[in-house]
Amino acid sequence: MEAVLVVKNLTKVFTLGSLFSRIRLTAVDHISFTMKKAEIFTLAGESGCGKTTTARMILGFESPTEGEILYRGQSLKNQKDRWSWFREVQAVFQNPFETFNPLRKVEEYFFETVYNYRIATQKKEAEDWIDEKLQAVGLSLEEIRGKYPAEFSGGQLQRASIARALLTNPSLLVADEPVSMVDASLRMSIVNLFRKLCDAFAVSVLYITHDLATAYYVSDRIAVMFRGNIVEMGKVEEVLGNPRHPYTRLLLESIPEPDPAKKRKGKVVLFEESEEYLRRGCRFALRCREAEDICREEVPEEVEVNGVLVRCHRYRKT
Amino acid sequence: MLPEYILRTETLEAFYVLDIFGEKRIIKAVNRVSLRVRENEVYGIAGESGCGKTTLLRALFAAVEPPLRIFGGQVFYRIGNEEVDVFSLPPERKRKLRFEYIAYIPQGSMSVFNPVKTIRTTFLDVLESHVRGRAREELLATAREHLEKLGLPSRVLNAYPHQLSGGMRQRIAIALATLLEPRIILADEPTTALDVVAQRAVLDLLEEVQKRLRNTVILVTHDMGIHATVTQRMAIMYAGKIVEEGRTEDIFSSPLHPYTQYLIRSLPRIGDKTPRESVPGAPPSLVQPPPGCAFHPRCPHVSDRCQKEEPELLLAGNDHYVACFLKGG
Repeated sequence: MEAVLVVKNLTKVFTLGSLFSRIRLTAVDHISFTMKKAEIFTLAGESGCGKTTTARMILGFESPTEGEILYRGQSLKNQKDRWSWFREVQAVFQNPFETFNPLRKVEEYFFETVYNYRIATQKKEAEDWIDEKLQAVGLSLEEIRGKYPAEFSGGQLQRASIARALLTNPSLLVADEPVSMVDASLRMSIVNLFRKLCDAFAVSVLYITHDLATAYYVSDRIAVMFRGNIVEMGKVEEVLGNPRHPYTRLLLESIPEPDPAKKRKGKVVLFEESEEYLRRGCRFALRCREAEDICREEVPEEVEVNGVLVRCHRYRKT
Repeated sequence: MLPEYILRTETLEAFYVLDIFGEKRIIKAVNRVSLRVRENEVYGIAGESGCGKTTLLRALFAAVEPPLRIFGGQVFYRIGNEEVDVFSLPPERKRKLRFEYIAYIPQGSMSVFNPVKTIRTTFLDVLESHVRGRAREELLATAREHLEKLGLPSRVLNAYPHQLSGGMRQRIAIALATLLEPRIILADEPTTALDVVAQRAVLDLLEEVQKRLRNTVILVTHDMGIHATVTQRMAIMYAGKIVEEGRTEDIFSSPLHPYTQYLIRSLPRIGDKTPRESVPGAPPSLVQPPPGCAFHPRCPHVSDRCQKEEPELLLAGNDHYVACFLKGG
């Protein structure tokens, strides 16, 4: 299979504090993954695990401290022409009401994108193109014409923002928490849309979320991030069906299941973010129920077990 | 005789009155809602955003300020052995009831605390306005003891809100609301801005508090998973009305209203990749709700009657109420 996106040893270090008491916080720590064509790849983890920073680097909003992002073998760094990058890599953001300026009509964004990317030069041509993309997400140009963002429901507006991203015929969509602000009753329509785009138009989707249930439902592969590291990565059925890393298990146990018969077990312990970021050894060791001495001293290596990459001392190379 | 319900509303109507360029608009956020909540239970209210859940909570808390106005109905609290109509109470008595009898945990832990005051000041403010004739030191000791009982570090009292994580702030908001051991706690989306692990810690704390005080928690959230794990009874709200109410197990195992059926069927579960559908159509406008049953434009079983008449919330099973003509209405 052809790789659409290759992320190699991607690292981002933020410096915190004043001039005299600097703290270096590694928000993303040497992560590597590959996305194939027409694949939905999930980046999951709790807030502050570095998943949004990763997305921002892929979109070029943030420059990596170290490492490379290759799109079809081309690096973003060497890309003189950012337009051609954005033509292929488009973003869908968390809150559709913040994506669009409330004082501008939604259709203006569509025409602007079409003209800026020189997809069409004639009005009629542009309208046909926009209508085609809106049809793909279950809307039409007639429905959005003349309307301001406030006149849409959250689900409709999020679908419009996906249609806007599709205008340049991208091969990769980066969706950062695209359903967390959408009503529960309409959430599945967005998730189903990603599947449809992936199957029908061979678009790859980088789906960033903390909602493991929709991740399981829609994605092909998943990477679970914890404090800047990918701790487990592989096929979604394998990672979530048979979790190996204690953190993945903690995440799965934390999900309130929509089944009153299954009540929760045990309690969780929370730590402040920076405390865990600055630890040596495995960053999860503080909370891990199975931590051994080695976990507090050494950073675990990535090990492959049944096609799943795990970063935990319990799975050592033999 | 002791009344059965600790909190009860009778055909409560709370509308927003907006004046837009001289044109009056009425938003019917809570429309003829009759709610019955028992002592020592966690009662859930579910529904999509803009269905009136938060407005209902504000009316229950008697925190009604313009543009929100009460157009009809009553809210009763059971205080001691008698029922009291809250809206008829003098403001001083209402103020006294807050925190001591009924507490409100508002939405969004970010904005609950004053950003320029330490958590200690906020705790002292609450204690000093409700507990008379005690020294500051004593009050502080009470606050510290309360936090420790809930398993929270008492050093957070010295912190400013921005120094704490969202999950910690939300748990402190719960601690603050329960400081005076109220009989009723109203919690509005207490976990929405949090990720799964922090969310679970907050729910654990809320459950712990409820078990210790044996009081009533009314929990508003759109997340059906939380309702399934925490609540004993729940109501489904749609366009300002309650369309179904019952024991949580019954709602999940045999939902009666077509809207509830959609909500529960569309929930993704780990280990199951079968296709799931959203509710068709878009949520209704509360300015001009559809005539008849508000759900009829999205309902697959719609009939002529649904478009003209409004179904009443009627008993349809053991402690299970539904407002739908299909089930008798």
